[in-house]
Amino acid sequence: MALTLVICVLLAPITSAFAQSQAVHGTLRAPDGKPVAGVTITATRGNSEVGRDTTARDGTWSIPVPEAGRYTVSLDVRDLPGKLSPAREGGQTLRDIPVPADASRAVIFQLTTGTPAPATGPGGQGGGGGPPENTVLRWLDELPQLLVEGIKFGSIIAITAIGLSLIFGTTGLINFAHGEMVTLGATIAFLLNATVIGPQLQLIPATLVTIAFGALFGAMLELGLWKPLRRRGIGRIQLFIVSIGLSLLIRHVILVLFGSRPQPYGDYAIQTEWHWGPVSIAPRDFVITVASLLVLAGVGLMLRQTRAGKAIRAVSDNRDLAESSGINVDRVIRNVWLLAGGLAALGGVFFGLAQAVSWDMGFRLLLLMFAAVILGGLGTAYGVIAGSLVVGIVAQVSTIWFPVELQNAWALIVLILVLLIRPQGIFGQRERVG
Amino acid sequence: MDFLTILADAFRAALGPEAAIYALAAIGLNMHFGYTGLLNFGQVGFMLVGAYGAAVAVATFGAPLWAGILIGVGLAVVLALLLGIPTLRLRADYLAITTIAAGEILRYVYRSAFAEPVTGGVYGLTRFGDPLYALNPIPDGQYGVGELAYSSRSLWIMVIAWSLVALACVLVFLIIRSPWGRVIRSIREDEDAARSLGKNVFGYKLQSLVLGGVLGAVGGMLLAFNTQAVQPDAYNPVVTFYLYTLLILGGAGRVLGPVIGSVIFWFVLVFVDSFLRQAIGAGLIPDSIISATEVGAVRFALVGAGLMLLMIYRPQGILGSRREMMLGAR
Repeated sequence: MALTLVICVLLAPITSAFAQSQAVHGTLRAPDGKPVAGVTITATRGNSEVGRDTTARDGTWSIPVPEAGRYTVSLDVRDLPGKLSPAREGGQTLRDIPVPADASRAVIFQLTTGTPAPATGPGGQGGGGGPPENTVLRWLDELPQLLVEGIKFGSIIAITAIGLSLIFGTTGLINFAHGEMVTLGATIAFLLNATVIGPQLQLIPATLVTIAFGALFGAMLELGLWKPLRRRGIGRIQLFIVSIGLSLLIRHVILVLFGSRPQPYGDYAIQTEWHWGPVSIAPRDFVITVASLLVLAGVGLMLRQTRAGKAIRAVSDNRDLAESSGINVDRVIRNVWLLAGGLAALGGVFFGLAQAVSWDMGFRLLLLMFAAVILGGLGTAYGVIAGSLVVGIVAQVSTIWFPVELQNAWALIVLILVLLIRPQGIFGQRERVG
Repeated sequence: MDFLTILADAFRAALGPEAAIYALAAIGLNMHFGYTGLLNFGQVGFMLVGAYGAAVAVATFGAPLWAGILIGVGLAVVLALLLGIPTLRLRADYLAITTIAAGEILRYVYRSAFAEPVTGGVYGLTRFGDPLYALNPIPDGQYGVGELAYSSRSLWIMVIAWSLVALACVLVFLIIRSPWGRVIRSIREDEDAARSLGKNVFGYKLQSLVLGGVLGAVGGMLLAFNTQAVQPDAYNPVVTFYLYTLLILGGAGRVLGPVIGSVIFWFVLVFVDSFLRQAIGAGLIPDSIISATEVGAVRFALVGAGLMLLMIYRPQGILGSRREMMLGAR
């Protein structure tokens, strides 16, 4: 019996990680943009009700759901005031809304004051899931929204994965602890921003402090751990296993300190979404996407134009040649770790903002980072950006046809397919695979 | 603080079913990593297909136990071929990432809602091991000395698991000293040399992957029978890291390495666990530093630190020879 207990205890921290917080939410508005209050909205799965909510004075509603999956969300037409009715017949029930793990999915009910459009036909453009009986139209409806979410997810993967790729390129180390550098960034920002013991900084200054911290942490790992180990002549595979140990260590220290419950930041948590045609996006997510893309462009420019960037590329290309042409390789590698640490921390804050801060968020992202890095070609910097966007978009768009729980599995399947067809990745050189 | 209880807990775990099961899965991993030099980080995937192969066949489709076991083993062979054919030509680090990814894909698929009618989804399956326990010849009751005692059910699984471990050790001992084993080890030492002697390196690697994978699947199956439950999230990548830790601790590339590694690993793990719980219970460690629910996490952190230190200071473990553990070559 005690042995069973041992196993249960062993698994406790793992299973508790899946007690995640996902929800469906939205803001109910009349065609003139005024919020509609007091309407009951119900979320069901199969034939059983999962939860219900009534729209508040500002029209917002939110229903937490137990796990990722497809849910049906419906609105009680009897509660609609005046001449309001769903914009399309049957538009009060939106079926097959995919809800990803650990995130809140926006659901839009379109209302009209006129007569509802017929359930099928060309009139049914617009967001929020169309009539369930017309499947062709439904995926066309969902596609733009999912593409936007894919780009957002992909650009978050890219700013974290670019460091992973540069580290591999310059030192040959597959840094398995890179996910923990992401988690550490997210939790440090959480400590600064949303805890009672912290200084409760606004999120933007907190992020800046976090980036500096992440960069220092990266440099500290290089100077305190990896450089001495390389000096001892420890082989690449051995270093890879050391980084697995480091990842386990950091992740579970964070679990002890942070706890297993995912938590949001104090700022920008609740926002009204912007609606642009078929796409709706929270201002927060828009800023995350744009900022990530800008940072990526900056890093790309730095690698191409500046002396430090050229040195990084030279060391990636041929370490010995770079060293003999007078480049200080140790300094270049330290710079790479500074950069990688800072970017990982920033990616952590963005990822925590887009979903929630949790102790294993980096580890969940890690395999997708690997997929992106291999997809783009191990050790290449530009390839990673392309690879990340592919991974992000595949993960999101797959939810049109396949269950949401499998979205990360599809990204990993793409990884395996690419290894089959073009093992050096999209931008890699053939010789790298060996 | 009751040191007798702590010691009894630790010894019970070191000799118990889990230690035997982990030893069995690690013997498979030793075949891959220790002898062939394959960086398989998806051993947990083999455990998963083995466990679910048997559980689904028995619990969902009502097949007899022997058929379930054969299906589990068969699935492990299929997985090894599916995984090996595309990836074994790749460099070692690509193989590592691909095998982790494959293990995670399997876990996602088995826990997904659409697979629920067959696999039980996130809840898994239970009570499929009754036919195995019906064969238990040991009468009910507790067996052992004082606090170090096992129920007849645990003892039955222990008898099966440790017998299989002994069998697997004999098998590995014989096979590694055969001509086949010499080729396998030469692949680990220098793949190109083996190839230049006309050996089909890819074929040998694939055979090694199948053999080790089947051992992993049998381990996974026993793990499922031991708790009478399979649950997809129990088969996460951390299990593979545990296996690597105990394999390196005991000594990779040694017949008894995984066995000794597993016994010591479980002894230390449960000793630390039991000690921390007692210390918290007695108020020696204040609740604000580590609470009882966080002991599991502390234990994982210690495994991570242990793996790092082992790999840095003694990569050959207890039994291995440093000369053979030339891991940096590839």
